[in-house]
Amino acid sequence: MRKNIWKTNGMQSLIASLICIILGLLIGLVVLLFINPKGAFGAIGTLLKNFMIYGKASLRLKYFGTTLVKTVPLLLCALSILFSYKVGLFNIGCSGQYTAGCCAALYAALKWGWGWFPCILFAIMAGAVAGAIVGVLKSYCNVNEVISGIMLNWIILYLTNTILSNVKEPTSPYTYQLSQYGKNALLPTLGLDKLFNNNANVTMAVPISILIAIVIMVVLNKTKFGYELKATGYNKNAAKYCGMKENRNIILSLVISGAIAGLGAALYYQTGIQQWECTTASVPGMGFNGIAATFLGGLNPIGTILASYFIQHITLGGAYVDKTMYCSQISDLISAIIIYLCGFVLFLKIMMNKAIDRIEEKKALKNEVSKEGSAK
Amino acid sequence: MAEQYAIEMLNITKRFPGIVANDNITLQLRKGEIHALLGENGAGKSTLMSVLFGLYQPEEGVIKKDGVEVQIKDPNDANALGIGMVHQHFKLVECFSVLDNIILGVEPTNHGFLQKDIARKKVLALSEKYGLKVEPDAKIEDITVGMQQRTEILKMLYRDNEILIFDEPTAVLTPQEITELMQIMKNLAAEGKSILFISHKLAEIMAVSDRCTVLRKGKCIGTVETAKTNIEELSAMMVGRNVNFHVEKKPMTPGNVVLEIDNMTVASKIHKNNAVKNVSLKVRQGEIVCIAGIDGNGQTEFVHGLAGLDPLVSGKIFLEGKDVSKASIRQKSILGMSHIPEDRHKHGLVLDYTLEDNLVLQTYFTDEFTDKLGFLKRDAIRNYAEKIIEEYDVRSGQGPITIARSMSGGNQQKAIVGREIEKAPELLIAVQPTRGLDVGAIEYIHKQLVAQRDAGKAVLLVSLELDEVLDVSDRILVMYEGEIVGEFDPKKTTQEELGLYMAGAKRMEVKA
Repeated sequence: MRKNIWKTNGMQSLIASLICIILGLLIGLVVLLFINPKGAFGAIGTLLKNFMIYGKASLRLKYFGTTLVKTVPLLLCALSILFSYKVGLFNIGCSGQYTAGCCAALYAALKWGWGWFPCILFAIMAGAVAGAIVGVLKSYCNVNEVISGIMLNWIILYLTNTILSNVKEPTSPYTYQLSQYGKNALLPTLGLDKLFNNNANVTMAVPISILIAIVIMVVLNKTKFGYELKATGYNKNAAKYCGMKENRNIILSLVISGAIAGLGAALYYQTGIQQWECTTASVPGMGFNGIAATFLGGLNPIGTILASYFIQHITLGGAYVDKTMYCSQISDLISAIIIYLCGFVLFLKIMMNKAIDRIEEKKALKNEVSKEGSAK
Repeated sequence: MAEQYAIEMLNITKRFPGIVANDNITLQLRKGEIHALLGENGAGKSTLMSVLFGLYQPEEGVIKKDGVEVQIKDPNDANALGIGMVHQHFKLVECFSVLDNIILGVEPTNHGFLQKDIARKKVLALSEKYGLKVEPDAKIEDITVGMQQRTEILKMLYRDNEILIFDEPTAVLTPQEITELMQIMKNLAAEGKSILFISHKLAEIMAVSDRCTVLRKGKCIGTVETAKTNIEELSAMMVGRNVNFHVEKKPMTPGNVVLEIDNMTVASKIHKNNAVKNVSLKVRQGEIVCIAGIDGNGQTEFVHGLAGLDPLVSGKIFLEGKDVSKASIRQKSILGMSHIPEDRHKHGLVLDYTLEDNLVLQTYFTDEFTDKLGFLKRDAIRNYAEKIIEEYDVRSGQGPITIARSMSGGNQQKAIVGREIEKAPELLIAVQPTRGLDVGAIEYIHKQLVAQRDAGKAVLLVSLELDEVLDVSDRILVMYEGEIVGEFDPKKTTQEELGLYMAGAKRMEVKA
């Protein structure tokens, strides 16, 4: 029997993701229509266009570069969540691990003047330690990783504010500019900046992040380590029964997950595109948006690349929405609605499967009835 | 209408994706009769009962009560029609008293205050009338399984149910308790209650029922008067061919001791006492030692302690003379312990993995399947999986790449049996290896166990089915409340004798 193409996992993920996006856009449109009907269609258009609203090709290219740079941390946060999710853990502490990575990278760069590579390693370590705390609590004290992760997020946030206050500009809440005080830590551009109309923020971070996605896919699908992690995630009891060390696997997966998030922070802040604001009062949204990107990407590393880009694309596009018609929060609101809808991918997949089953059943029945040869 | 039926299910058809679970089934229950519903696992008994209870809506067919067509949309409708059921796994609140459980949901109240005295009178009257001995104020967790079952029956009677369904009621009982239950069922029928008795145990059906409807693979094979049939005919109807229930084996030739357990104690996860108390036993090469007992007497904890899934409180385990009391699960596995687990879904398989990935669950880390860089050798895994699939006749939709979840229970179990035996173990622990399987698969798995024994391996079988215990084993140890209370030669004992020990009525000193 020919395999039903609609029943393949990849196809379903893709369709479910697309439906979620369309639904999100429609609901966003309705909200916009309520607030101010005149500009609603234009605003949604702007959201989707993002850098394409610029007339000049050179400017488009430059801001396309910026979108890519901002996709990197989101992608790595999404990969971090994906990795732990495969082991059956929900790493909501990703934001905290990301913040820890940011703190480590910026402090090492600005205080000690480290080079870019040690800064990255330091950020990875910081993220890994943050992940390890959650992992140890989970495996030895049976503390739910969501609870300990969320609480740790806040501890890390305020710790970061405190630590980075040592390297902030005297007159503002922002840390020093890397381009002035921490040039060593700026990531090499590998000539990529030239490709994007001299956008200096486009660095090796972009290809590295894609490479990481591929590495994660290979580790999960081709290695003994991935086999063990996934087995633990699918069925902890069976993993224990066949002698896998589930506690070690839980800690290890959260350590790796944290390391990826830390790396994401380093690859973002070390481009010099943004400074840390030492009065930040909320955990960076990266880790939370990463959850949406993971599910929108169908829990597949490659799908996650596309999903992360899309989410970042509309988020940045929101900044161009006409502020005379809508208040400045509108862009966040619309992208939040779409991101929220992205969480429904799995639900949609289940619904689709049920529908397909029903259709197949009916077909089978029809075939039985019309076996005499009276086919249409 | 010539004959009055309490309930009629006429031409019921219920389809699920890819399968017709009930195909044009007709079941007619007379007033005051005990009607058996016989069929193997997967024959469609549960589906039919779910239809009767309103959990599923049939695509075709009608249900009639007292000759009038009725619609049963949910279990509330079923209750309103006086249909009650004793489930195989009791639905009781452990920390409530018997009385509280009986009145739960239909408590007599006066302005919101419970009127337990009224309820107590009614319960005691019912208990008297039908000979259902219970202690109304005892908590469920403190009473025997038999009394729990009587509580469930009283629950139905308290609700004035007329149609009583018993779903595999004897699975948790000792032979003595089974006899008692049969008498209760007869009393109920004599009082005009109509009873539907679901079972796959032929002897019980012969003993108690008036008529019997046999299902096979979703189809109704027929309804027969029990008095005019015999066990052979019923089993042929159930399975579709003549079955040899007896397992052929050569006389045993025991060799060296493979497993020695010395005073093993394992804690319980449910209560404060130990679930396994000072158990000592030996298993030698070339023998099948069976741990018999009623469910929940420490067998699960015993196996978990032995395999390493739960820690020991005290005691020692020796595998081929080596002390493995503190060894990890993986170490024991490498030293030659194979374990067919009790719950194939919870422990035995990663259901979302493919069949081939499941077949290397115990060996994926060896050089055979993992290269030096830590990459899995996919080709080697595929070849190995194909070998096991061929040798153990594991049937599935797409061969090695079938997702384990989509396979039938029997084939899942064959895969586990194949995986554990292919590991070439010295000791094979099999816990209820035939639970929920059809007769063909049971025969096959019994043969495999005997083959291991004949090949000089040690086999430790844990089973709740007395037929299996008596048929397959070379030596029987009875476990009661976590202790070994008797040792028997299967050729020289009977179900009744074992039953007395399983119920704790008798015990003997057993030396390992």
